[in-house]
Amino acid sequence: MANTNELELLKKTKLQRMGINFVAFFKSIPTKIKNLGLSIWGALKKFFWGIVNFFKFIGVTFVKGDWKTKVSYFIMGFGSIFRGQWLRGILFLLFEVVFILYMVLLGGGYFSKLYILGTQETITLDDGTKIQGDQSFSILLYGVLTIFFIAALIYTWYLNIKQNKIAEEIIKEEKKLETAKDDLRAMVDKNFHKTLLSLPTLGIVIFTILPIFFMVLIAFTDYDKQHATLFGWVGLDNFKQLFTWTAGGKSFSATFGQILLWTLVWAFFATFTNYFLGMLVAMLINKKGIKMKKLWRTILVFSIAIPQFISILYVSQMFATDGLINGLFGTIAGWFGNHNFQPIDFWGDPMLARITVIIINIWIGVPYLMLVVTGILMNIPADLYESANIDGANAWQQYSKITLPYMLFITGPYLLTSFTGNMNNFNVIYLLTGGGPINTEMYGDAGSTDLLITWLYSLAVSDSDYKFAAVIGIMVFIVVSVISLVVYNLIPSTKNEEEFQ
Amino acid sequence: MADKKSMSMSKKRRIGNIVTYVVLILVSVIWILPFVFLVLQSFRTENTGIVNYVFPHQWGFDNYIFLFSAETNFLQWYFNTFIIALFVCVLQTAMQFMMSYTLSRFRFKLRKPLMNVMLVLGMFPGFLTMIVLYQVLKAVGLTGDNAVPGLILVSVASSGMGYYVSKGFLDTLPKSLDEAARVDGATRMEIFFKVILPLCKPILIYTVLTSFMGPWGDYIFASVIALGSETGLNVAAGLYTWLGQSMISNNFTHFCAGGVIVAIPVMVLFMFLQKYYVEGVTGGAVKG
Repeated sequence: MANTNELELLKKTKLQRMGINFVAFFKSIPTKIKNLGLSIWGALKKFFWGIVNFFKFIGVTFVKGDWKTKVSYFIMGFGSIFRGQWLRGILFLLFEVVFILYMVLLGGGYFSKLYILGTQETITLDDGTKIQGDQSFSILLYGVLTIFFIAALIYTWYLNIKQNKIAEEIIKEEKKLETAKDDLRAMVDKNFHKTLLSLPTLGIVIFTILPIFFMVLIAFTDYDKQHATLFGWVGLDNFKQLFTWTAGGKSFSATFGQILLWTLVWAFFATFTNYFLGMLVAMLINKKGIKMKKLWRTILVFSIAIPQFISILYVSQMFATDGLINGLFGTIAGWFGNHNFQPIDFWGDPMLARITVIIINIWIGVPYLMLVVTGILMNIPADLYESANIDGANAWQQYSKITLPYMLFITGPYLLTSFTGNMNNFNVIYLLTGGGPINTEMYGDAGSTDLLITWLYSLAVSDSDYKFAAVIGIMVFIVVSVISLVVYNLIPSTKNEEEFQ
Repeated sequence: MADKKSMSMSKKRRIGNIVTYVVLILVSVIWILPFVFLVLQSFRTENTGIVNYVFPHQWGFDNYIFLFSAETNFLQWYFNTFIIALFVCVLQTAMQFMMSYTLSRFRFKLRKPLMNVMLVLGMFPGFLTMIVLYQVLKAVGLTGDNAVPGLILVSVASSGMGYYVSKGFLDTLPKSLDEAARVDGATRMEIFFKVILPLCKPILIYTVLTSFMGPWGDYIFASVIALGSETGLNVAAGLYTWLGQSMISNNFTHFCAGGVIVAIPVMVLFMFLQKYYVEGVTGGAVKG
């Protein structure tokens, strides 16, 4: 069935095929939603039974277990220690002690205030002594930390009980229990993956998951300059402001719409200009009969070697009103008898600034693309071109019928990631224009070349407008994930990773 | 008749090649020229601001002398960046390899969920976390003048998420290597260190090189963590301050000289290891 479909699809032209894929994608949305619903329902059912089984397991183990197991319910690791598995036992116990200490000393107090994020302002008494009030930031931060800690405790507690049960069963069967020495050996052998993963995952949890969780919560508060120490929950207010359309007058929604549009336009042009020009340069260098291929490539690679901020900042100054480019234009105008050349304000005019940014980005991105493309070009089977030559295909035909389809097929996922990467291309925009020229019509003095990410940066760093920074962050996530999902379903080259092994 | 046709064919090809050469020379000039200008302007002494001509009227080393004088913190920034780059390239490579090796070589229950979580996390703008991390680092005193350890921590901690390129490489190493070693009685750790790692030299060098170069160009994190400090900046955030509205007329040529000094070691290292970089990019970018 699928095969006949594919065959029929191959008979169609490229454009038709894309159209069919496009239509098929949208036609499949209802079934996909249905499947999604079903899988969510399935997951819910699984979750529900998981909880039921969890409690059943805990109850049954408690009733049937020996006294060591029963004590382990309150003193984690007790059973393991008394059965000779002291390493595991001590780790369990240690975790419990740390948790209790944390809750008593820090977490408990903050956690109890989490639902209103504090009310007490810091007061300075007449004699100059200060009474420290609540700090919403700390309350929220420790509150989030406590939630993570509690989840971790429940999981370890469960593991601890499971260990007891397993140990009891092994003893009943009169086999040997794993000793601490066995545990240590497993760390470098059977469980080596856990050893390797522990540090990177811990880093990700603490430095990425926790902060993102925290920032998502910030989007539901009024944390900004006016509410720097004491802020509270405001529910969906910030999102309401994002979706209630008020034209002009520094409205948040209008600014967001404009910047989102420019972000998408920029990502589109930045991705595809680089892609096609990079491909062109790579093909010129690879062309038969061209000598010193290595030299040309090295010259381009040379520009990657220089730290990007230097080249970007320097080029941005070249385009200043009193910079080199205008100097050059002035000289050229002089040759034609125009001695009153007015410098072009590349960074002052919104439209011109946008075009200049895209052009400079070509200069920045093409060498990298050239490298990526060169590797793939060399993999195209040479006999394809030979037979095309014999059939009398000209260069353009060879390009559009062989090279381009092959490239698009292989680089589909890469194009997708570079599109989303360009949406978040902070360095190029911020170092070239700083987001400017500033548009006074827009919220928070956003500029005409501001991307969502640079706008987020200036809202957070210069304006301390954290609540809206968080909202923008969430919106960026939504836009990126929707684009990724849609495109990933459309491109043909989404492949199975196991295929390569 | 046939002779004539082949004549015109070769003529056509020759013209095609000449056009190609012209384009390539043009491209090379466009890509090289800004750097030539940068170097030329770093030797300009008659004026320290922006000018609209290329060749200095007066040549000299004043700008370089300025960089090494006590008037500026440039050397401090340079030292900061070097330390950061050194730590980051070692630790980040370690983190990425721990992650990519496990994901490539082991099959365990949480493997797919872990990869999906990292994929989803990657869709959040990385800077979002910075707002929180800044406050936390500030509370423990790792911002401002002490930004260097803070920056190292932030750059290294979540770097396991950038496992894609090295996993792509590890996936191409045949699994029979591991199996053979297991039959010989090697533990999984021994396999990692003695069998797989030696084969990973090209991708190891690629990872070390890219993670060493990263901190030299990192503006966004450094500018936040070292906020309000003069001595805690890295070169990117430091040199950026010289191009601010009030600074640029006195410091533009200093910026150029600083850029040259920053670029030289990175460039030399890069050109030296170019082969590995190209391999990593061409292999990893597409599979990634």
